[in-house]
Amino acid sequence: MGEVIVVTSGKGGVGKTTTTANIGTGFALLGKKVVLVDADIGLRNLDVVMGLDNRIVYDLVDVTEGNCRLKQALIRDKRYETLYLLPAAQTRDKNAVNPEQMKELCKELAQDFDYVIIDCPAGIEQGFKNAIAGADRAVIVTTPEVSAVRDADRIIGLLESEGKSNPKLIVNRIRPKMVKKGDMMDIDDIIDILAVDLLGIIPEDEYIVISTNRGEPAVANPVSIASTAYKNIVRRLTGENVPLMTLETDDGFFARIKKIFRF
Amino acid sequence: MFELILKLFGKEPASSKDIAKERLRLVLVHDRVNVSPQFMEVLKDDMIRVISNYMEINEKEMEVSLTNNKSSVALVANIPVNRMKRGVYTQE
Repeated sequence: MGEVIVVTSGKGGVGKTTTTANIGTGFALLGKKVVLVDADIGLRNLDVVMGLDNRIVYDLVDVTEGNCRLKQALIRDKRYETLYLLPAAQTRDKNAVNPEQMKELCKELAQDFDYVIIDCPAGIEQGFKNAIAGADRAVIVTTPEVSAVRDADRIIGLLESEGKSNPKLIVNRIRPKMVKKGDMMDIDDIIDILAVDLLGIIPEDEYIVISTNRGEPAVANPVSIASTAYKNIVRRLTGENVPLMTLETDDGFFARIKKIFRF
Repeated sequence: MFELILKLFGKEPASSKDIAKERLRLVLVHDRVNVSPQFMEVLKDDMIRVISNYMEINEKEMEVSLTNNKSSVALVANIPVNRMKRGVYTQE
């Protein structure tokens, strides 16, 4: 029996889909059999981020409505042997599925896969309720901004009232230089306020934009700092104890030389 | 530039991180109360339980609420006392 993990945030645009894509690909890189489920019905995007948008035939709603078998709707990623995507429907809305159907679907997927990763839509309405229904555990993505942390707090409360306690937090788009200057909330501040366990931090990384442009998850890149951060997160999700990466600001040897010549 | 002058005079402005933290703290006080409608009732029951060890209070007319002004949030309780209990918890 595999594990069902939902990636959620409340606020939109904090990196849920990117995180889902990278965690999923990260599991596949470890040789785990994993399926990504796009629960954002009507606004699907995980397919685009994964670069699998041109291979969709059936979608999640086709499965729940019985238009096709589950296996027919799964898209296998040709780059990674053990990675699959179940895309969302684009021409339907959140009410096309109910939490019971999602529970059933997750159960069925968990029999075949080591990990089922669900990309939750923004908001706290039906789409959110659907996405979390079948999840064993939740990963919350936030950014170091008042609005995103506030929404994360609300989501933590809602998850608890649905009996999903002990969610894990990912703080995305940390800018070490701004944190150092005191112009961005640091991890300790956020953890202190939300009172949840930290799963990992993702530094702001331009490579995420590039990889999203290409439809290739950043985690496969050997030099991207966000890639390292996602790999660490994936290892932590498998139960491994991986220390947090230290956020170096550009004070290396070359940066110092540069500074000397500039002034 | 302005900040630089302030720094020269030793008046460093509050870092924007601290402003963010403070704003977040305030907004969460209210959010967390509103998440559960039973929150205030549970709090009230707990207060009644504790206070009843020391005095008899009028539970029906008791009022508990959160009020806020710009920079702080306060728990305001108006609890009519009927009678003090004597000798139950005298200090030694």
